[in-house]
Amino acid sequence: MNSQLLSLAIWVPILGALPVFWIGSERRTLVRWLSLAVALAGFLVTLPLYTAFDATQAGMQFVEQSPWITRFNVQYLLGVDGISMPFILLNSFITVMVVLAGWEVIEEKQAQYMGAFLVMSGLMNGIFSALDGVLFYVFFEASLIPMYIIIGAWGGPNRVYAAIKFFLYTLLGSLLMLVALIWLFLESGGSFNILDWHQMRIGMAPQILIFIAFLVSFAVKVPMWPVHTWLPDAHVEAPTGGSVVLAAIALKLGAYGFVRFSLPIVPDASHYLAPMMIALSLIAVVYIGFVALVQTDMKKLIAYSSISHMGFVTLGFFIFNAIGVEGALVQMISHGFISAAMFLCVGVMYDRMHSRMIADYGGVVNTMPKFAALFVFFAMANSGLPATSGFVGEFMVILGAIKFNFWVGFAAATTLILGAAYTLWMVKRVVFGEVANDHVAKLTDIGAREFLVLGLLAVCVLAMGLYPFPFTEVMHASVDNLLKHVAASKL
Amino acid sequence: MGMKTLYLLVPLAPLAGAILAGFFGKILGRTGSHVVTILGVTISFVLSVLIYQDVQAGNVFNGAVYTWMESGGLKLQVGFLIDPLTVLMMMVVTFVSLMVHVYTIGYMAEDPGYQRFFSYISLFTFSMLMLVMSNNFVQLFFGWEAVGLVSYLLIGFWYTRPTAIYANLKAFLVNRVGDFGFLLGIGLIAAYAGSLDYAEVFAKREQLAALTMSVTGWPLITAVCICLFIGAMGKSAQFPLHVWLPDSMEGPTPISALIHAATMVTAGIFMVSRMSPLFELSDTALSFVIVIGAITTLFMALIAIVQTDIKRVVAYSTLSQLGYMTMALGASAYSVAIFHLMTHAFFKAVLFLGAGSVIIAMHHEQDMRRMGGLRKYLPITYATMLIGAIANAGLPPFAGFFSKDSIIEAVHHAQVPGAGFAYFCALAAVFVGGLYSFRLIFFTFHGKERFREPAHDAHGHDAHHDDHGQHGPVEPHESPKVVTVPLILLSIPAIGAGWLIGTVLYGNWFGGSITIAAAHKGMATMAHEFHGVMGMMAHGVTTLPFWLAISGAATAWYLYIVRPDLPAVIKAKSGVLATILEEKYGFDRFNDWFFAGGARLLGRGLWKGGDQVLIDGVMVNGSAGAVGWISGLVGLIQSGRIYRYALGMIFGVVALLSFWRA
Repeated sequence: MNSQLLSLAIWVPILGALPVFWIGSERRTLVRWLSLAVALAGFLVTLPLYTAFDATQAGMQFVEQSPWITRFNVQYLLGVDGISMPFILLNSFITVMVVLAGWEVIEEKQAQYMGAFLVMSGLMNGIFSALDGVLFYVFFEASLIPMYIIIGAWGGPNRVYAAIKFFLYTLLGSLLMLVALIWLFLESGGSFNILDWHQMRIGMAPQILIFIAFLVSFAVKVPMWPVHTWLPDAHVEAPTGGSVVLAAIALKLGAYGFVRFSLPIVPDASHYLAPMMIALSLIAVVYIGFVALVQTDMKKLIAYSSISHMGFVTLGFFIFNAIGVEGALVQMISHGFISAAMFLCVGVMYDRMHSRMIADYGGVVNTMPKFAALFVFFAMANSGLPATSGFVGEFMVILGAIKFNFWVGFAAATTLILGAAYTLWMVKRVVFGEVANDHVAKLTDIGAREFLVLGLLAVCVLAMGLYPFPFTEVMHASVDNLLKHVAASKL
Repeated sequence: MGMKTLYLLVPLAPLAGAILAGFFGKILGRTGSHVVTILGVTISFVLSVLIYQDVQAGNVFNGAVYTWMESGGLKLQVGFLIDPLTVLMMMVVTFVSLMVHVYTIGYMAEDPGYQRFFSYISLFTFSMLMLVMSNNFVQLFFGWEAVGLVSYLLIGFWYTRPTAIYANLKAFLVNRVGDFGFLLGIGLIAAYAGSLDYAEVFAKREQLAALTMSVTGWPLITAVCICLFIGAMGKSAQFPLHVWLPDSMEGPTPISALIHAATMVTAGIFMVSRMSPLFELSDTALSFVIVIGAITTLFMALIAIVQTDIKRVVAYSTLSQLGYMTMALGASAYSVAIFHLMTHAFFKAVLFLGAGSVIIAMHHEQDMRRMGGLRKYLPITYATMLIGAIANAGLPPFAGFFSKDSIIEAVHHAQVPGAGFAYFCALAAVFVGGLYSFRLIFFTFHGKERFREPAHDAHGHDAHHDDHGQHGPVEPHESPKVVTVPLILLSIPAIGAGWLIGTVLYGNWFGGSITIAAAHKGMATMAHEFHGVMGMMAHGVTTLPFWLAISGAATAWYLYIVRPDLPAVIKAKSGVLATILEEKYGFDRFNDWFFAGGARLLGRGLWKGGDQVLIDGVMVNGSAGAVGWISGLVGLIQSGRIYRYALGMIFGVVALLSFWRA
C-alpha cells in the first residue's frame, strides 16, 4: 500500500502550526480560526485511516518507508495496526477539542499556545505510527518539549516546579529506553526496525534487563505506582488544555509502549515479570482509589482517578488474554474522552471562579444547570456506568482478570465502589446542595462553545458505551496476533 | 409490524418520552411534558398486554437486537427474552409506572422541576424494562445500573436538601457494593461458561455444577449464585445492604412508590428467579438466600413499629416484604416470590401514593404524631390505604394474603439449612406486620386530630420536609382526581390480584421460565394441597399466620385507639430495646464510622504517608537530597587548601606502606 496518510497526520498539524506562530498573538481572531482549521484538517486526514482500514489484517497498514540516517540504518518508517490506529484518531480529535476549549480563555500568547498544541498533536501521531526505534524515540522525546512549555508558560503559580518535575521524571525514564534501543540495534545486527525486533531471539537475562529499561520509561508515562507522583503536580499546574492532552493522550504513550515494545520484543520477561506488573496495577486501582477519595483539589482528584483508571490498562495487558488486552485498549480510548471531559469541566468552573478547591464550591447546579447535567453525566461515566464508554473497558478487563485469577478480578472490581465513591462524593460537594457562596451565586451557565465541546465528548462517551463493536472490531486481528506472538517463547 | 418491533417499542416509547421531556421540556411546557411521557408509558403498557396475550398463546421469544461487542470469543448482544416471567414483570412495571405518571401530575403540580421529574420516571421505566426484557447478563447489568442511576437522580431530586444528596450518594454506593458482587458473579459465568447469554449458560448448567474454581477451590455454582445474590441484596435492599432504602424516602413520594417499593427494589427478586436454573444447583446458596431473607423480614418489620414518619413506616414495611420474597426464593418457590412481588407492587404502591396524598393534604407534614383523625377529611385516601394495609398485613381476601401465606407455606416446606429459622421469622413478622400496618392506619386516620395542636418539637429531624413552612394548624382536604384515581385503580388489583393464585402458581403458568430441582418438593406439595381460592381462604383462617396477623392488628387497635397513652409508657419501660430499634440496630452509625470514616482515614494515610512522605519525600526528593549530600562530602575534600592535601597524602603514603606488602 502506498499512502501518505500517516505523514499527513503527523505533518499537517506541525506545519500548520508555523503560520499560527507567524501571525502572532495580536491578531487573536485569525489565530483562533486558523488553529481550528489546522486542527480540523489534521483530524480529517486521519479519518481515512479508519474507513480504509482492513480489520481482517493483523499486520501494519498504510506503511511508509524511506531511508533517513543511512549510516545507522535509521528509517522514516511509519505504519499502524488495529492497536495504534484508534489512538491517532483520538489524538487528532482531542486536538480539535483543545483548540476550542482555549478559544477565549487563553489571553496571553494565544498563538504560541495554539501552536504548541498543534505541534504536539503531530508529534503524538508520530509516536503512534513510528515503526523505527530511533524515529519513535525522537517523537517520544520531542513531545516532552511542547508539554513542558505549555505547563511552564501557561500554568498555575507553581508551574515551574511542576514542569521541571514532569520533565526530569519522564526524561530520566526515557534515557534507559535509549540504552535498550541501542542494545537491540547492535544485537539485531544493525536494525532499528521495531518489527524486526519482534522476531529477534533474545536470552532470558537480557530480556529482563530490556524489560526493566522499557518499564522505567513507560511506567513513568502511564504513570504506574510508585512513579506516579509527578502527574497530580503537573495536572494541578497545567492549563486546562494541557491537562486534557496530558490525560487523554500523553498517558496513553506509556501504555502503548508496553504493547508495541515490551510484550512483543521480550515476551518471556513479560511473562516472568507479569505478577509484579499485575500487583503494581492493582495497587494503582485500589491504593490510588483511596487516595483520590480524600483529595480537596478537583484537578488532583481527577489526576488520581486517571492513575487508577490507567491501572486497568496495565492490568489488562499483563493478564494475556484477548478480552483483557482489548479491554485495556478500549479503556485507553474511553479514558481519553472521559478524562478530557472531566478536566474540561473543571476548567469551565476554574475559568469562572479561579479555584479548583472543592470547598469553594457547592450548589453549582442552581446557577449552571446545563453544565451540571453534563458534569454529572461525565462523573457517571468516570464511575463506569454501563452505556457509557467508561464501563466497557473496565468491564472487559474485569472479565479478563476473573478468567485469569479470581482474586485479581476481585481486587480490580473494587473500582466499582471506589470509583463511584470518589467521583460522586466530589459531585455531591461541588454540584449539589444550596448555593454555597456569593461566587457560586454569580456563576453563568456554559455558553455555546463550551456546550459544543462537552456535548461532542458526551456523544462520543455515549456512542462508545452503547455500541463498542466498531472499536473492538478493528483490534481483533492485531490483538490476536500480538497474543500469539507473546505466547511463543523467544529463548 | 413483526413482534420484534413491538418488543423494541416497549422500552423505546418511554425512552422517547424521557428524551423529549428531558431535553425539550422548556419548549414542550409542563402539559406537553406530561403528555409525551404518559403517552410513551401508555404505549408501553398497552403493548405489554398485547405481548402478554401473545405469550399466553405460547409464543416465547429469545433473540438478539444487535451485537454490542465481541472480544476474546465472547459475543455480547443486546437482545430480548420474552416469556411468561418477563411479560408479567413488563405489565407490573408499565402499569404501576403509568399510575405513578398520572399521580405525579397532581403531586408535583407546584414543583419547578416538573419536566425533569417526568423525564426521570420515564427514563426509569425504560431502564427497568431493559432489565426485565434482557436475554443476557450484560444488558441485565446495564438495566441494573441504569435503574440505580435514575434512583440516584430521583432520591436527590430536591438537590438543595443536604439530606437528599446525602441519601442519594449513600444509595448509589451501597448499591455499588452489591453490584461489585454481581459483577464478580457475571465474570465467573463468563470465565467458566464462555458466554453471557442466558440460554447458553443455562444449557451448560450441569457442566458448571461439576466445576470447582481454579484458585480458591470453591464449588463454582455456589460462588456464582452467592455473588449474583449479593447484587440482589444491594438492589432489593436485603440485610445488611438494606441501609439505603429508608433514606431513599428523601425523594418525592411518587418515586418512592414506583422505584423504592413496586419495581426497582424487586429487580433482585426478579433476577434470582430468572437465574433459578443456577440457584437450584446449590443448596448452600439457597440456604444463604433464605437466611438473609429471614433476617430482613423480621428485623426490618420491627423497626417499622417505632417509626413516626409515615413514609418511613412504609419503607421499613417494604424491606420486610422484600425479605418475604427473598425467603421464597431460598425456599425454591420462585413463582411464589414473583407472585408476591406482583401483589406487593400493587398494595405497596397504594400505601406509598396514599401516604403521598396524606402528605399533600397535611402541607408536606410527614410526622404521624401530627396527624390523626384524617379519615373524614380524606375518605378516598383512607379507604384505599386501608385496603393497602390489610393486604400488607396479609389478611384474606386481599391480595397480600394469598401471596404471603404461600410464602410462609413454602418456607415451611423448605429443606435447606436455615429454613427452620426462616419459618420462625416469617411467622413472627406476620404479627409485627399486622401491628405496624394497622398502627399506620390508626395513627394517621383515627383518634385525635393532633394536627390542630400547636407545633412543638415533635417535629424532630424531618423538619426539612416542610417546604412551605406551615407549622400552624392546617385544614386537610382530599387530593385532586389525578391523585385519587390512580389510588383507586391500584387498589383494585391490591384486592383482587391474589385470586389469580391458582393460575399463576399452580397452573404451570411460568412454564420453562422457572426451573425447580426435583429434590425441592415444596411447590409440588403445595400444588397438591391447593384446592382453589375459597379453599385456601377457608383453610387460611384456621392457621397460625392468620391469627398472628389478627392479633397484630388487635394490638395496634388497643395501643392506638383504646389506650393511646400506652405506647409512650411502653417505650419508656422498654429502655434499651426501644433505643436499639430507634437506632435501627446502629447500622448507619457503624457504616458512617467504619466504612466512610475508615476509607477516608485510609485514603489520607496512603496519601500523606505513602505518596507524600515515602514516595516524594524519601524516594524522589530523597534521591535529589542524596545527590546533594554526596556532592557536599566530595566538596569537603576538595577544600583547595594545600596543607590538607599534603596531610592527606602523608596519611595515605603511611597507610599504603604499612598495609601493602608486595
